[in-house]
Amino acid sequence: MDELEAIKVTFFQECEELLADLEGGLLAMQDGNDDGDTVNAVFRAVHSIKGGAGAFGLEPLVRFAHVFETLLDARRSNEIPGTPDLTALLLRASDVLADHVSAARGLGVVDMDASAAMAAELKAATDPNAAPVAAAAPAVVEAEPAFEPAPVVIGAANELLGDDALDDDDLGFDFQPMTITLDAQAADAAVIENVWTVSIRPKSDLYRKANETGLLLRELARLGPVQATLDDSALPALDLLDPEAAYVTWSVRVETDQGEDAIREVFEFVDGDCELEIVRGEAPVSDLLATLKDAAAPAPAPAPVFEAIVPSLEVAPEPAPAPAAVEASVIAAPAAAAPVVEATAAPAPAPVAAAPAPPPAAPSGAKPAQIDVPGPGQSVIRVDPERIDRLIDLVGELVINQAMLAQRVGEYGIAPSSNLAMGLDELEQLTREIQDSVMAIRAQPVKSVFQRMPRLVREVANMTGKQARLVMDGENTEVDKTVIERLSDPITHMLRNAIDHGLESPEERKAAGKNPEGVVRLAALHRSGRIVIEVSDDGKGINRERVHSIAVKKGLISPDLVLTDEEIDNLIFLPGFSTADKISDVSGRGVGMDVVKRSVQALGGRISIASRPGQGSTFTLSLPLTLAVLDGMVVDVAGETLVIPLACIVESLRPKSEEIRPLGPSGHVLAVRDSFVPLIDVGVTLNYRDRSPAATEGVVLLVEGEDGSRAALVADAIHGQRQVVIKSLEQNYQQVEGVAAATILGDGRVALILDVDAVINLRRREPPRPADPTLIAAE
Amino acid sequence: MTRTVLTVDDSRTMRDMLRMALAGAGFNVVEAVDGEHGLEVLSAHRPDVIITDINMPKLDGFGFIEAVRVDDDYRAIPILVLTTESDPSKKQRAREAGATGWIVKPFNPEKLVEAIRRVAA
Repeated sequence: MDELEAIKVTFFQECEELLADLEGGLLAMQDGNDDGDTVNAVFRAVHSIKGGAGAFGLEPLVRFAHVFETLLDARRSNEIPGTPDLTALLLRASDVLADHVSAARGLGVVDMDASAAMAAELKAATDPNAAPVAAAAPAVVEAEPAFEPAPVVIGAANELLGDDALDDDDLGFDFQPMTITLDAQAADAAVIENVWTVSIRPKSDLYRKANETGLLLRELARLGPVQATLDDSALPALDLLDPEAAYVTWSVRVETDQGEDAIREVFEFVDGDCELEIVRGEAPVSDLLATLKDAAAPAPAPAPVFEAIVPSLEVAPEPAPAPAAVEASVIAAPAAAAPVVEATAAPAPAPVAAAPAPPPAAPSGAKPAQIDVPGPGQSVIRVDPERIDRLIDLVGELVINQAMLAQRVGEYGIAPSSNLAMGLDELEQLTREIQDSVMAIRAQPVKSVFQRMPRLVREVANMTGKQARLVMDGENTEVDKTVIERLSDPITHMLRNAIDHGLESPEERKAAGKNPEGVVRLAALHRSGRIVIEVSDDGKGINRERVHSIAVKKGLISPDLVLTDEEIDNLIFLPGFSTADKISDVSGRGVGMDVVKRSVQALGGRISIASRPGQGSTFTLSLPLTLAVLDGMVVDVAGETLVIPLACIVESLRPKSEEIRPLGPSGHVLAVRDSFVPLIDVGVTLNYRDRSPAATEGVVLLVEGEDGSRAALVADAIHGQRQVVIKSLEQNYQQVEGVAAATILGDGRVALILDVDAVINLRRREPPRPADPTLIAAE
Repeated sequence: MTRTVLTVDDSRTMRDMLRMALAGAGFNVVEAVDGEHGLEVLSAHRPDVIITDINMPKLDGFGFIEAVRVDDDYRAIPILVLTTESDPSKKQRAREAGATGWIVKPFNPEKLVEAIRRVAA
């Protein structure tokens, strides 16, 4: 059933938020912020998860959440003191809870033993005086199959309720006939067996809580034919009457085969708020009244006459099979002891109500649901992401179309100052604003990724015996959703690496005069139109000697190769490189930094490393803010149109011949101010042509790679700067070295977007250039 | 006449569940995310029945019920609290605050509608 499934999706979304709240609260507690609000918020998070899980019958999750909640409740009411140990325990419990949520979602499995052990720990912490709980005792935990129909019977119930909700035929009681074994001759006795006399004397509290005697009588009437008698003898004179007080007593004869429990259940909500007596059989009314009068303290003098008001002693009439329609009539007996209300079962569809016309008991034959959608979500709307993706696609097309239009108009040689050209400029401006706004809809803070990291750090630190503290910065930095989804893996890997390989053991740190607790910093920031993620540690830094010797031992580089520090550091990105002496659980899973590097590059991102011995390392990841659009320079190379990402371009220039120097058999360098940069002919690198024309005839674009290396790219001509919509080559064709993606230009032609770093590296690979480690790696 | 039920719960899941069950039974549903919000929605929509959670930020269920009960305009509105089997003391506190009845979580729609019928005129 769709609606329930949708709510389940909501539930898991909410779980994510609640788990984040939980962790945030616990971390605040860890930092000494132990006030009532924080503890309450933490409690509520677990409580809400439990509540929702209960609704979907996610048993293992409910059970674990319950144990967790019980401990938090004890903490909340200060039954147990807040200690760092307790907070640490709660944090670990929150991790197990998160696992349970994932398992309930069908993602992953819960470690049953760990969960049971944690539950035992939580129980022990809840009641420190109790005998230690056997660890084996707690629940068996297993992954819930995803979206297994929950035991909640909403589906069935809705069918039941769909057409005639609240119809008394369908609802309310279960019709589970009491099994009474009776002899044939005891039939008469059975009739008496089924007759009950119920006397009710409400207290004023009953009314204070908005309960109504009339509704109780209506409920009784659902069990079978009733006859109600009102004793108003305790009513004071009108001028003495306290409108808030309770004065009357009801005696009801009810004929039902549903037993005493069913009758008692009617009074569940008013338990304690009225005096109630349930007696089997036809108790003489007078006796009962006497009993109750005795119970009712100073009984005032004989009551004045009142017209008894019986509120809504009527049940929604239903023609054919509804024997329960109750005919009620009120007989006001002048000055007599008690007015009697007679209620008899009548098969007739039209009940006669003597009481002031009560509102219908129920919206019988309820029409399809009227859903009113005000409420809490007024400031937030939930939109299907596909709609936004579609919108972004369309705006992309709009950008292309606008560019085409501009180009066509340009072809007619219209002056830039003309109204048409100016109108087009405005259109371009608007198009860009629309695009930015649309992209902003899909932009999300990186928080959603960052918030998973504290747990990771805890786990990795535990596993490796390190002490690590995670410091996060810039969680609110926004980036397109498409990028966010793909940040998680590289960050996870870099953090693991920082703790496992970067941080020293507490002993080593102490020996080095450092705080035994290492600090790992995770930061996000915007820099020149890209998002930059930095992962740094204050560990020992890269041991270059060892990295070098390992690379030699593994045959990744030749032993006599002399490398700069930076080049050695970059060796760790080579496929097949692993620095750990022993393969650890954490990062030695055969997934090296080379995989991280490749996945980052596939996103149009770069990764670089800076390390200082004894002081730590910093990994810097830079990614485009969006995978949808790009500002680029459109250039001509060997008759082809290419786009070079603007973010890479430092400057463009026309070189003079004296600035170009030959280097080696075929290479050239360009003197740019005080330094030389390699001159790269894009046409040759991409195999558009065999020989490059003289660089002086073309245009040179000075570009900078992610690692800071510069190169001078030679192109034939520059067309100008343009925003282009990125169309993936991998999705539509296949990956091409040196090309990041493609786009459609204003004239409708496809242009390739240059991958500047790859072009720089391709050129480096040109033989013979053994000084570059990537060359050897590739072979 | 379609009756209006106000649901007050900080959990979106629970609000959605209540809405589904109640709308399916022909009720008009209005929602609030905590006790404070509940009091605002109350004056805007004048519900016939209120269903409220207990553990909520800002103003919890107890405070919310008490606030409704001291207001002459609203004190006659039946209030059902959502409770769990495990905590009878909370139910007792809610009753003392003025709750009319209660619904044990996890509820099923039949029980929910039955509880409303029992308290709503």
